[in-house]
Amino acid sequence: MPQIKSLEELKRLKAEAAEKRQARTTAGRAQIVVGMGTCGIAAGARETMKAILDVIEQENLSGVVVSQTGCIGLCEWEPIVEVSTGGGPKVTYGKVTPEKARRIMKEHVIDSRVVQEYQIPG
Amino acid sequence: MREIALHLLDIVENSVTAGARRVDLSVREDTVRDRLTIVVQDDGKGMEPELVARVTDPFVTSRTTRKVGLGIPLLKAAAEACQGHLHIASTPGQGTRLEAEFQRSHIDRMPLGDLAGTLLTLLVAFPQVRWVFDYSVDERRFLFDSDPIVRELGDVPVTEPSILAFLKGMLHEGIDRVQRGID
Repeated sequence: MPQIKSLEELKRLKAEAAEKRQARTTAGRAQIVVGMGTCGIAAGARETMKAILDVIEQENLSGVVVSQTGCIGLCEWEPIVEVSTGGGPKVTYGKVTPEKARRIMKEHVIDSRVVQEYQIPG
Repeated sequence: MREIALHLLDIVENSVTAGARRVDLSVREDTVRDRLTIVVQDDGKGMEPELVARVTDPFVTSRTTRKVGLGIPLLKAAAEACQGHLHIASTPGQGTRLEAEFQRSHIDRMPLGDLAGTLLTLLVAFPQVRWVFDYSVDERRFLFDSDPIVRELGDVPVTEPSILAFLKGMLHEGIDRVQRGID
């Protein structure tokens, strides 16, 4: 069973992660919300979520808050991703494929530049 | 939906919305009986018998933003197209159990898909829920319980990079072992 040996490893990883989080200020924290209703999932929201998590892992982004929301009535724009960084306004992106999600992560979440062409108009 | 794992991700949202604190997901592949069975059992608020009877109808939903709830009807149609069925048993105040069964070898049976991706998504999206996952192919079995992990993590979220890598590795390894028959 992998789980038994792994809990020891988890203990160590947790201690390191907790230390790293303390070093960060809350101001720079990004919040990401992925639409995960039936419409979002059917449109590919899980792959979008995976791409977001992959960038967090690859770029070693500590302190990013990722959550989900149900259907918000904009089903034709799914997968929908909302991003806000360090007190900035919430930006809603539509039809976010995994590639678009990676670009949003690099430009908006890391460099704080909104990717205007992916924003839902209105 | 092109994968059973995506249907699973979709229908468990009903459990979360019903206020479940623990959700047991079971995926069982029986190559002898040629059946593939998924069971979602939650301790949410449950449903009255009238709602259970109507819940597989695409025009029933308890949500108010949109009139059509499609998750369960879609899964039911997929199961019935593969010599299978979908059953729901629910007790108000106690929870709901949903079972969907497919003929495993049926030509129209969609692939299981990315179970690890579905589970990781659930852990990130609903960290307040205890996820217990039980996956088996014949006698090989992978059991995953989010509770000891979340308790160990305390206030460190699962979205910290090293924790994500750890969980991904754990889920992929466990599921691969069951699928490939490595012990």
